[in-house]
Amino acid sequence: MKKIMMGDEAVARGAYEHGITFAAAYPGTPSTEILENIAKYKEIYSEWAPNEKVAVEAAIGASIAGARSLAAMKHVGLNVAADPLFTFAYTGVNGGCVIVTADDPGMHSSQNEQDNRYYAKFAKIPMLEPSDSQECKDFVGYALDISEKYDTPVLLRLTTRVSHGKGVVELGERQNVEMKPYKKDIPKYVMVPANAQKRHVVVEERLKALRQLSEEISINRIEWNDREIGIITSGISYLYVKEVFGDEVSILKLGMTYPLPSELIKKFAEGVKKLYVVEELEPYIEEHVKSLGIKVIGKEILPIVGELNPGIIRKAIKGHELEHISVDTKVPGRPPMLCAGCPHRGVFYVLKKKKVPVLGDIGCYTLGAAPPLEAMDTCVCMGASISGSHGFQKANEHNGRKQKIFSVIGDSTFFHSGITGLIDIVYNKGNAVPIILDNRITAMTGHQHNPGTGKTLMGEESPEIDIAKLSEAIGVKRVRIVDPFNLKEVENAVDEAMNTDDTMVIVAKGPCALIPPRPQGECRIDQDKCKKCGLCLRIGCPAISKKDGILSIDPDQCTGCTVCMQVCPFDAIEKVR
Amino acid sequence: MQEVKSILMVGVGGQGTILASNVLAEGLLKSGYDVKMSEVHGMSQRGGSVNTQIRFGEKVYSPVIEVGAADVIVAFEKMEAVRWLNYLKKDGVIILNTVEIPPLSVLISKEEYPKNLIEEISKSVKTIAVDADKIAESLGNIKAQNIVLLGVLVKYLGLQGIDWEEVIKNNVPQKFVELNTNAFRKGLEVI
Repeated sequence: MKKIMMGDEAVARGAYEHGITFAAAYPGTPSTEILENIAKYKEIYSEWAPNEKVAVEAAIGASIAGARSLAAMKHVGLNVAADPLFTFAYTGVNGGCVIVTADDPGMHSSQNEQDNRYYAKFAKIPMLEPSDSQECKDFVGYALDISEKYDTPVLLRLTTRVSHGKGVVELGERQNVEMKPYKKDIPKYVMVPANAQKRHVVVEERLKALRQLSEEISINRIEWNDREIGIITSGISYLYVKEVFGDEVSILKLGMTYPLPSELIKKFAEGVKKLYVVEELEPYIEEHVKSLGIKVIGKEILPIVGELNPGIIRKAIKGHELEHISVDTKVPGRPPMLCAGCPHRGVFYVLKKKKVPVLGDIGCYTLGAAPPLEAMDTCVCMGASISGSHGFQKANEHNGRKQKIFSVIGDSTFFHSGITGLIDIVYNKGNAVPIILDNRITAMTGHQHNPGTGKTLMGEESPEIDIAKLSEAIGVKRVRIVDPFNLKEVENAVDEAMNTDDTMVIVAKGPCALIPPRPQGECRIDQDKCKKCGLCLRIGCPAISKKDGILSIDPDQCTGCTVCMQVCPFDAIEKVR
Repeated sequence: MQEVKSILMVGVGGQGTILASNVLAEGLLKSGYDVKMSEVHGMSQRGGSVNTQIRFGEKVYSPVIEVGAADVIVAFEKMEAVRWLNYLKKDGVIILNTVEIPPLSVLISKEEYPKNLIEEISKSVKTIAVDADKIAESLGNIKAQNIVLLGVLVKYLGLQGIDWEEVIKNNVPQKFVELNTNAFRKGLEVI
């Protein structure tokens, strides 16, 4: 049977067909749909872990126990999970284990565009790179076989266009794989120096065998055509090359990109007149080819920054682009924005008014940095808001500057890596004030459950971890829970924080406007009372607009959250339902 | 089988471009085409500019469409049509929903929504202008505008031979099947 599948969905199908029984992940675009789809197969135990490090560690445990396991994350998630990853390379596996990294060239939904192929080389772990959905499914199988045969975890690297691209996949049956017996093996699994020193030797020996595998494996293959031009490529770039050149040029298509097949590359280079490497982001393959003393053209004509596409490759190698219409009309940009009825809006409005530094974090609420709110000063990585605010505050204090520092972080991000920052504040007697924007869901990635929502990935009820009680247990002196739709309440808590040196946490608890049942309500502007001051526009609500000098609220979008009503100095806005 | 066709659907997060392209892709697969699609999730979906790309033919490689390669652009919103117009082939066609969705900068009067866009667009390319929102509203739910536009596209591509109503049934919740089927039929009648 054939089905159209997203790359992520096909990875999930591969996990199902190839007998995986344990899968864990933390949501992150473009990887989220892998676990969302795995959860549809009841044969696989699956869970959202609080962060990527925990997900990988749990997958390691499942592998050592003897099960085929998988952990998935976005590219920056692998930074979080890098610690276990590097040592997992030393211990090796029992049941086969696949670690999926979904990179985001072009940064559609990310804070950087790091090229995670270097992780494979760095951690000495073999890596496979599928080009389309069919390969996404098939490569999970190859990865598990390699993992078990060579006693190593295997990285499966996707990119946004592979993860979220859709293509036709031929479905197969599930192959039931018996869980392997667990045997205690201290020299293999306890990485104290004496054991690790021996395991490093094993890793190097394993790499030799993997290099040989890379020369022979069928997913590294040459397509001989005209030999004037030869192109080495992998992943999505292979499809772009085929799109531009079809069967005009010879291609070395690499499905296994670590270790790289040096002999195969030499053979290919010798067989063509002019050699190119076409790869997205860093010159990862190109550097290896050059290290073999082979002349090759790559990043001098192709960009390191951003995504590739067939047009870029056509222009770089063929020297022209397709004819197209050029348009002179300039249209305004359409950046994403906080939804109507979003619980974050009121908090940002208050923070902006107070003119305080606000260290930000990763999630929907990062949009609080956009105009007109512009109530955020930084966004670095998951969890960096609370810890960053602490450093900011301590540096201020130590150097004699008096200033209250705030941070904002979502509920899921707080569980991910905000808790340790809060412990830092309490332990080191700081007074920066974290505001936990608890919208009861992991919103930006498409509404996944988290440890605070009371539901698991597999749909079971589970204990809700209480952020306020957790903060108290850590030792925070003042914990205030506020309704983010009540501006006075938010402002009172912020004022209290401004005037104390006690450790304090504010939990702004209000559900995301997109969680069903969606809030139903409507506010309306009384045109007789409206003085056209435009203050309501400053909250950046997409339901409020000004046209021909008249301010109005779109009843279809309005949720009746009343933030605009509380902002209006002339009582010109009323809640009508 | 024919050569590869490229369809670009552009609009604003929440307008249902993904559902329309899913239905299109599933129907094409059923009738034996190779199909590839590309869409972007995550941050841009929060009311931002969105696009989905569908390519079909005997053998499709790239899931993304390059500048100057789209046979048809289905624009769910006028301004988005202009933003993506350079993706259209010289002899391509644009199916244009005549609705205006102002971005935040326009809502707060920092910028103006550009005037006479339909005239501008139809000056440079063959344009099929449709008030899909109004058609959907007359059927009882403005949200079905995406399936009205799909109907127009199917008719333009001459793909009426595929059992689209069956595909729609598989892709929308039971209570919206009738609405969407009607929306699709109305779309077929536009041209």
